Amino acid sequence: MDNKGVLVCGEIAEGKLAPITIELLGVGRKLADELGEELSALLMGSKTGGLGQEAIAYGADKVYVAEDSLLDNYNSDAYTQVAANLCLKVLPSIMLLGHTDVGCDLAPRLNGRLGGGLAMDCLALSVDPATKLLVSTRPVFGGNAHAGMISKSARPQMATLRLKIVPPAERNDSRQGEVIPVEGKIDPSALKVKVVDRIKEEVEGVKLEDAEVVVSGGRGIGSAQNFEMLWELARVLGGTVGATRPACDDGWAPMTLQVGQTGKVVSPKLYIAVALSGAIQHIAGCLGSKYIVAINKDNEANIFSVAHFGIVADHKEILPALTAKFKELLSA
Amino acid sequence: MNIIVCVKQVLDPEIPPAKFKIDPEAKQVIPPPGVPPVISLFDERAVEAACRLKDKQGGTITVISLGPEKASEVVKHAIAMGADEGYVLQDEAFENLDSFGIAYVLGKAIQKIGGYDLVLCGRQSADWGNSQVGSILAEILGIPVITLAGDIEAVDKKLRVKRIVRDGYEVLEAPMPSLVTVSNEIGLPRLPAGVRIMIAARKQVPVWKAQDIGAESSQLDKANAHTEVTSLSVPTRKTECEIVTGDTPGQAAENLAAKLAELL
Ligand SMILES: Cc1cc2nc3c(=O)[nH]c(=O)nc-3n(C[C@H](O)[C@H](O)[C@H](O)COP(=O)(O)OP(=O)(O)OC[C@H]3O[C@@H](n4cnc5c(N)ncnc54)[C@H](O)[C@@H]3O)c2cc1C
Ligand SMILES: Nc1ncnc2c1ncn2[C@@H]1O[C@H](COP(=O)(O)O)[C@@H](O)[C@H]1O
Repeated sequence: MDNKGVLVCGEIAEGKLAPITIELLGVGRKLADELGEELSALLMGSKTGGLGQEAIAYGADKVYVAEDSLLDNYNSDAYTQVAANLCLKVLPSIMLLGHTDVGCDLAPRLNGRLGGGLAMDCLALSVDPATKLLVSTRPVFGGNAHAGMISKSARPQMATLRLKIVPPAERNDSRQGEVIPVEGKIDPSALKVKVVDRIKEEVEGVKLEDAEVVVSGGRGIGSAQNFEMLWELARVLGGTVGATRPACDDGWAPMTLQVGQTGKVVSPKLYIAVALSGAIQHIAGCLGSKYIVAINKDNEANIFSVAHFGIVADHKEILPALTAKFKELLSA
Repeated sequence: MNIIVCVKQVLDPEIPPAKFKIDPEAKQVIPPPGVPPVISLFDERAVEAACRLKDKQGGTITVISLGPEKASEVVKHAIAMGADEGYVLQDEAFENLDSFGIAYVLGKAIQKIGGYDLVLCGRQSADWGNSQVGSILAEILGIPVITLAGDIEAVDKKLRVKRIVRDGYEVLEAPMPSLVTVSNEIGLPRLPAGVRIMIAARKQVPVWKAQDIGAESSQLDKANAHTEVTSLSVPTRKTECEIVTGDTPGQAAENLAAKLAELL
């Protein structure tokens, strides 16, 4: 097999290396060292400035930089083309991406084109000492189980890594490496899908992913009106509101506030789960919270098996008093 | 407009975690007795998306499902929702395929059906959740792909798709035919009307074998699998939960607030 080395597909966010890219460089460095091979990174964008050097400081030996105005924002066809061509030239043994908007789209497409072996949304990545194969651990059955996956012969061995699972790589500005511009123009005839518009949906108050306190509601909240009580509590605590899928489906909360396997992953200090059962697919999005609090009228609800504190009662009898008490305590 | 939807039959993903059992040796899940399998969540939404397009534009919806013969149940569910035809792809050689294998078989069936303007998949299957069959399938069929659709419209022989991203959405335009993977933001699936349920019940769902769709055995050979599952385990996560009480619910709430305020 000719494939060698680890390639991290990086992402640029607001002119900087995205946090997930720095996490991936840390994991990638470890895997590359265990294999005794090189770590390289690919950066795609319209302006990559000094970011190649940054990636080196975070552990890359080589950084391939593809600059093109067509790569300004994520464009599936353009990014797939550039990344696939680079892989065919560099022939990495392992290719890592983030489990982000970009990675979720790009990784399976690249895999389809390159004929590799891909594990999505991984929680752990390691090299098997005996076989030197990449072992990817990922949640299956909604998180009820974890599966280890390998790719015996297909290359590259690909994985997307879930955000905030590993610490960011350490920066070392004295590290040496090589920044290599990617040659060749993008073939515009292969760009079949046109990006017509990009819409940002601003939500009220604190961003869900950054919030220190998240008050989440489920189907048991009962109505959009009752959701107001969650907002009130969240405001008092300086946090924001999250929701389960059924609550979003019913329009009680905007879809952008869905927490879980197919929604956002949050890791606040305090996660207050109100009238939600604690389905695995939901708690996949909040297990990183420091404290989980459950308010549910059913003492057998699964949420109590992951919560640190709980009250068994109707939420309508709890929330007003809880909010009032917090108001009193926090103003004191 | 002719639409093909790929639907998978899965173990009901919403069984209580306590009922979830695996066979770590076989690396398989043991289905709990008496719990019928269901149509994979996002695939049902994909059928819904197809039905809405058909409501507006007319045309046909064909559903295909790779799985056991029993998978005719999810095909019939899709027919009850509004699909016209359906096929089950079942063959010993199709068992335990990886994502490339599944996409290959689906691709062969789609090529046999032909004449399509749009292929729909779910964003992720609700069991193994590999999140890649749609994109690989598009690559095999040589058609454009858009992932994570929250809305699909057909305008002037083009597809206009709202693609969900973390902080909003993108509006994308694709030629036909294309493949689109559907997310739950598309909205709730319709409840089949009684008449449609009758139609579905009487509908023949043909079973296609490898030879019916010209699937080559070399492509189905497990030795050529791109990925393999090497372990399956159930993670342990058990937190001691302190139940906070009080003389009244309001009192319990106040006690909880006092405890939490100390931790924050
Ligand atoms: C592939 C897949 C992906 C999924 N992704 C996600 C995801 O990202 N996020 C997500 O949330 N879900 C997701 N789901 C859905 C998930 O499986 C559950 O269906 C969902 O989380 C349940 O939502 P819930 O807890 O609000 O509703 P329920 O399970 O119906 O729970 C309602 C709870 O409210 C309690 N209750 C009712 N009334 C009251 C009251 N008055 N006071 C107090 N308590 C009350 C009940 O005791 C019950 O525990 C996914 C499912 C699948 C199959
Ligand atoms: N056995 C199958 N039969 C029909 N469609 C499938 C099958 N497996 C996967 N798919 C389709 O591919 C999508 C993504 O599946 P996956 O890559 O397994 O997460 C699903 O939502 C289905 O639309």
